[in-house]
Amino acid sequence: MSGAPPPAIEIRDVAKIFRQGTGAFSAARFVRAVDGVSFAVPAGGCFGVVGESGCGKSTLARLILGLHPPSSGDILVDGRRLADMDRRERARLIQPVFQDPFSSLNPRRAIRDIVGLPLAAQGIGRAERERRVVEMLERVGLTAEMAGRLPAQLSGGQRQRVAIARALILRPRIVVCDEPTSALDVSVQAQILNLLAELRRELGLTLLFISHNLAVVEHICDEVAVMYLGRVVERAATEKLFHAAAHPYTRALLASVLTPEPGLGIPDVGLGDTYPDPANVPPGCRFHPRCPIAVERCRSETPLPRMVDGRQVECLLA
Amino acid sequence: MSGQAPHPAPILAVEGLRVRFGGGTQAVRGISLAVNRGETHCLVGESGCGKSVSALAVMNLLARGATRSADRLAFDGTDLLPLSERQMARLRGDKMAMIFQEPMTSLNPAYTVGSQMAEVRQRHRGGTRAAALDRAAELLAKVGITAPGLRLAQYPHQLSGGLRQRVMIAMALMCDPQLLIADEPTTALDVTVQAQILRLLLDLQRELGLAILLITHDLGIVARMAHRVSVMYAGRVVEHATAAELFAAPTHPYTHGLLDCVPVPGRTRRDVPLGSIPGTVPRITAGFTGCAFRERCAHAMPVCAGEVPLRERVPGHAYECFLPADWPQRSAA
Repeated sequence: MSGAPPPAIEIRDVAKIFRQGTGAFSAARFVRAVDGVSFAVPAGGCFGVVGESGCGKSTLARLILGLHPPSSGDILVDGRRLADMDRRERARLIQPVFQDPFSSLNPRRAIRDIVGLPLAAQGIGRAERERRVVEMLERVGLTAEMAGRLPAQLSGGQRQRVAIARALILRPRIVVCDEPTSALDVSVQAQILNLLAELRRELGLTLLFISHNLAVVEHICDEVAVMYLGRVVERAATEKLFHAAAHPYTRALLASVLTPEPGLGIPDVGLGDTYPDPANVPPGCRFHPRCPIAVERCRSETPLPRMVDGRQVECLLA
Repeated sequence: MSGQAPHPAPILAVEGLRVRFGGGTQAVRGISLAVNRGETHCLVGESGCGKSVSALAVMNLLARGATRSADRLAFDGTDLLPLSERQMARLRGDKMAMIFQEPMTSLNPAYTVGSQMAEVRQRHRGGTRAAALDRAAELLAKVGITAPGLRLAQYPHQLSGGLRQRVMIAMALMCDPQLLIADEPTTALDVTVQAQILRLLLDLQRELGLAILLITHDLGIVARMAHRVSVMYAGRVVEHATAAELFAAPTHPYTHGLLDCVPVPGRTRRDVPLGSIPGTVPRITAGFTGCAFRERCAHAMPVCAGEVPLRERVPGHAYECFLPADWPQRSAA
């Protein structure tokens, strides 16, 4: 290694295969949720992962959080293998914020205990915990007075602030956000996005931001990976991806975004009505059954990731 | 786009609709709206604003403990207020149909798609089961489902989310409704599937002359689907206009704030924070007076605690606020 700092997150050819249908009478099916994904996120960067439900983006988040071991490949955090760290060490480096602030907070615990739990797990004493909890609550736009309340006494946006406070209390380097604003109203979503952007800037956080909402990803991320059936089919700097997408799937995703402009009608996305099934990945290019520009060889030839005009694309025709 | 000819009478006319819950919460506080034949009327607002409750109140499907009252509630000239539950049940699923956000919970998991669809037709129109199944197959094909015969024999869990929502739409069409109430029909779906379902609704509207009351929180959907829009906040319609008018000249400060919160692809700037609305929606109980948005409004004045006027910006575009119609230009200057 030279003097350059290692990337905050580095993923090398990671795969996660789930076995489905382990009942006595059903044949086992194997779901390749993540199927050979590689990328690196520089320290302080914000990396977005987008795709439809079932594309493997949440599985990827769980792999990076160490909640699942990968079936193959390596995940490096701060230049060290995630598999070599114990839970406490991992928790100090990397923390999650999940989608649903209603189910990700223990309903029986006061906010003080929820936010302070990571500190308690690291063996930090009560007085120090209380001080840091209050400081963090104020940092994320809540008040010290809320420390004694239960999650049910807070609004959705306030609960998501609590989840962010809990994620940041150990001062991690990396925060993995899995659809952090999908359960929130637009006015509250904007508050949370602005807060995340501000915290990232001030604390030098690295963010991995998973979302199905392309507009949100464009607003907050500097680089974006588009996932389809477990593979990254396109990866590029945000401006490149949003202004000239190279992969037909990325173009279809962008075309389906309904901007608040009256009179434009509903676009024809051109994807047909076949739905991707991660347990039954098509041969050749896995996108070919839905691809509006597929040709004969897309059915048999598997595309490899290539660099085209400064972006990584996995398409035979790009 | 909206037709130029004057509309004879709206298919659904709601005036002064109120819904109260047991705990004293006033969920809907005297809203009025009209859905014209062949048009889409969007009811837009954030969670808890009363948009779904309003739709359920129209259908008389409110949960126990909730009470509705209205000055007028008329469907196709029929006064809905005095109807008995039995008479209402005859209309629901027949002339007025409804689809919901989560197609998995609104389909019965224990019956096949075909049997659920046939039941709707037979209950309202009689006829044989075979005829009803034929009708079901025909409608599944119309909503873009390939191999409808196969789907009729399947159970809801065997279908993807997009297919389930198509089945719900086909089921709603079984008796040729004149009005379709769609409550967040695409919120649980992927964006690609959402576009397909919304296109389908537009095609059906064009073909069948369907009136749609579309409930959504998504301003992108409103812009692309609506002829007319009613913006709800804390149980009131605070602004209503044609879609073109509303997006060109949003006048209520809440509508304004809401539009600022939406990141628009290709136009967002990462170094500029998104607009946001501080605070949260208040809970409204009996005795509440004044504008419910005043606590979050940058333009609030002492008068906002009193009765708020309904002002007309141009004919057909009204907003409930003390500010003059040109306040956005004035504050920009």
